[in-house]
Amino acid sequence: MIKSFRGGVHPKDSKSYTSGKSIETAPVPEVVVIPMRQHIGAASIPIVKKGELVKKGQVIGAADGFVSSNVHASISGQVIDVGDHPHPVFGKCMAVVINSDGQDEWVAGIPLQRNWEELESTQLLKIISDAGIVGMGGAAFPTHVKSTPPKNKHVDLLVVNAAECEPYLTADHRLMLEEGLRIVTGVKIVMKVLGVEKCLVGIEDNKKDAIEKMAAAFSGLPVEVVELPAKYPQGAEKMLINAVSGRIIPSGGLPMDVGVVVQNVGTVAAICDAVTHGIPLIQRVTTVSGSSIKSPKNIRVRIGTSFREAIQFCDGFATRPEKIIMGGPMMGMAEPSIDIPIIKGVSGILAIAKGEANTGKEASCIRCGRCVNACPMGLNPSMLSILSERNLYEEAKEDYGLFDCAECGSCVFACPAKRNIVQYVKYSKAQNAALKLKENRG
Amino acid sequence: MVDTTMSEKIFNVSMSPHIRDNESISKIMWTVMIALAPAAIFGAVNFGYRVLIVLLIGMGSAVLFEYLTQKIRKKTVTIRDGSACLTGFLLAMCLPPTIPFYMPAVGSFIAIVIAKHAMGGLGFNIFNPAHIGRAALMISWPVAMTTWSKMTTGVDVVSMATPLNILKQQGYEKLIETFGSAPDMYQALFLGTRNGSIGETSTVLLLLGGCFLIYKKYINWQVPVVMVGTVGILTWVFGPAGLFTGDPLFHMMAGGLIIGAFFMATDMVTIPITIKGQVIFALGAGIITVLIRLKGGYPEGVCYSILLMNSITPLIDRFVQPVRFGLRREAK
Repeated sequence: MIKSFRGGVHPKDSKSYTSGKSIETAPVPEVVVIPMRQHIGAASIPIVKKGELVKKGQVIGAADGFVSSNVHASISGQVIDVGDHPHPVFGKCMAVVINSDGQDEWVAGIPLQRNWEELESTQLLKIISDAGIVGMGGAAFPTHVKSTPPKNKHVDLLVVNAAECEPYLTADHRLMLEEGLRIVTGVKIVMKVLGVEKCLVGIEDNKKDAIEKMAAAFSGLPVEVVELPAKYPQGAEKMLINAVSGRIIPSGGLPMDVGVVVQNVGTVAAICDAVTHGIPLIQRVTTVSGSSIKSPKNIRVRIGTSFREAIQFCDGFATRPEKIIMGGPMMGMAEPSIDIPIIKGVSGILAIAKGEANTGKEASCIRCGRCVNACPMGLNPSMLSILSERNLYEEAKEDYGLFDCAECGSCVFACPAKRNIVQYVKYSKAQNAALKLKENRG
Repeated sequence: MVDTTMSEKIFNVSMSPHIRDNESISKIMWTVMIALAPAAIFGAVNFGYRVLIVLLIGMGSAVLFEYLTQKIRKKTVTIRDGSACLTGFLLAMCLPPTIPFYMPAVGSFIAIVIAKHAMGGLGFNIFNPAHIGRAALMISWPVAMTTWSKMTTGVDVVSMATPLNILKQQGYEKLIETFGSAPDMYQALFLGTRNGSIGETSTVLLLLGGCFLIYKKYINWQVPVVMVGTVGILTWVFGPAGLFTGDPLFHMMAGGLIIGAFFMATDMVTIPITIKGQVIFALGAGIITVLIRLKGGYPEGVCYSILLMNSITPLIDRFVQPVRFGLRREAK
């Protein structure tokens, strides 16, 4: 039986640009800009001053509370600025700028060798938290928070998200092919942290080689690799859990409500580094691709490297890009400039030419129902967009499940009238939030 | 080293998703017209070249009225999306071949200006514009709308009356007698060598076009299957000589049922948005069609049945919504 979910769309996967290319390590940049907000939750507090010398792996931003994360220097050198700098998500954000000393030296004490099997789960959790690990699939939710379910939620299953359902992106794919051992160790660690006996790894069937490789690597462990049909958004948390385990997260619920914790495959590898070698999250693998990139590649880059340098490492632009996207083309964010830093959640950098984007002038809804069929959440995107256009955002929330929408973009992809449904949904959500705020203030 | 394009400062920052399917409204509209074309060409062969003029007037005037309406209202002119042309096409397909040339233009005016643009334009009209146009003509010029031509093909056995007319006025025996035998009648209905509106006669060509649209995923197969099936079952059950004596095959192929079920009851704008809703719509349209055919004053009821169901489409959409993920049986 092929496991999947209802709805979804089949965009051209465009992964052949980079799926056959080994991960290349980008040169250590001269300057890195490391933002204090690279995760969901409170911004980290910079603990270094301008002029200070720092080493690679040193904490430069301390977590502010539980739902926050540490930030580390990704190169060694001198802090040349602590202040507002361009940020791929927030426009501008407090960042620490480090000028490389060319030495690329580790801070004292790392890398180290650690036998993690001797450690308690609380100790492991502390290491993960200190190492600044966040979800690397894109959302960047602090991993230690996700791995600490409340006492009243019983978690019995770990699901590893290796679906990589976004077109173009191949970083997770290459990681599984080339560095499977890191993933296996990481999975064992996360299972110990959570105290679960079972793990399911979901991989789309457009990565047959990775499925074979991972199945072999996990043999003998209580880990099952589940082959999933290539369909977007297979990697969305609710769809993934439904496909691999049959469990259905209730509306408004979280994976832990059905006893599941989901971790991205890249996150799992980073956890392995942090626990076995004490290496914090200072670099990541990302895919630089799209028709406008001269030599698309999967690259390992330091956090804080600019998009410009990453693109230059891929020989620059072949044609003028219409859009620069952080992440995948379905849910990623279009960036106005390439002079922004790579942060922990950057799963891809895409440069897309005008023809590839396939946009068009927005028309009124012709009620063709393609969005209804595409919606994995079983919503009526047509109605949500029409209600939002008329400012009936409360009705959208009450009667049409506005807040169930995960903004995956399947409806927009399918829409022949080229309606920007996700944009309408975001607007209505914001209006509802503002309304709630107003009511609370009384 | 420095590529000139690397100095670009601002890129397009529109909202995700950044890639789209290459479907578009015009692609859908033109594909539907292509699917209709074989039946229209057959109409011209069956009833003579005059039919082509009627079709061209229907389409041309619909496009012209859309252009004028949008110009006068100072809106963007959208005649290139093909929707007005399709409305004119569908309207003309449902008219008798002998209709005076000005009537399709009047029908197009009503369809485009009143049924479509007065309601807010494409996507906002409640009723199928082509059928509103046809209904208006039917009420205004009942004689012209029910005067049928002689066919140019085949043995002219059913001159001056449609099969449904004969059934209504002279009964089932006379109907069979007119065609010679029951198999002859089925064959005429299937191939289209019978009297009727321009585009409604050839069951086989309309089925071909309809299946093409199903293959292209522009219409759901459930709609025509349920509507035609409902008509078949009900006409069989409530036959002229008591229960289970009807002729479902005749009723399924006669009149405008096939063109209505495949091309009118599947008009995206005016039918429910969910497949479940569409099935209810098709079921209702089938029932009303049979009611009109068997009990009503008119010989044919497809047009009115679809219009009546159009009026309750918003109601169906309100109550038949897609099943939300994670909400199954949780509500209790």
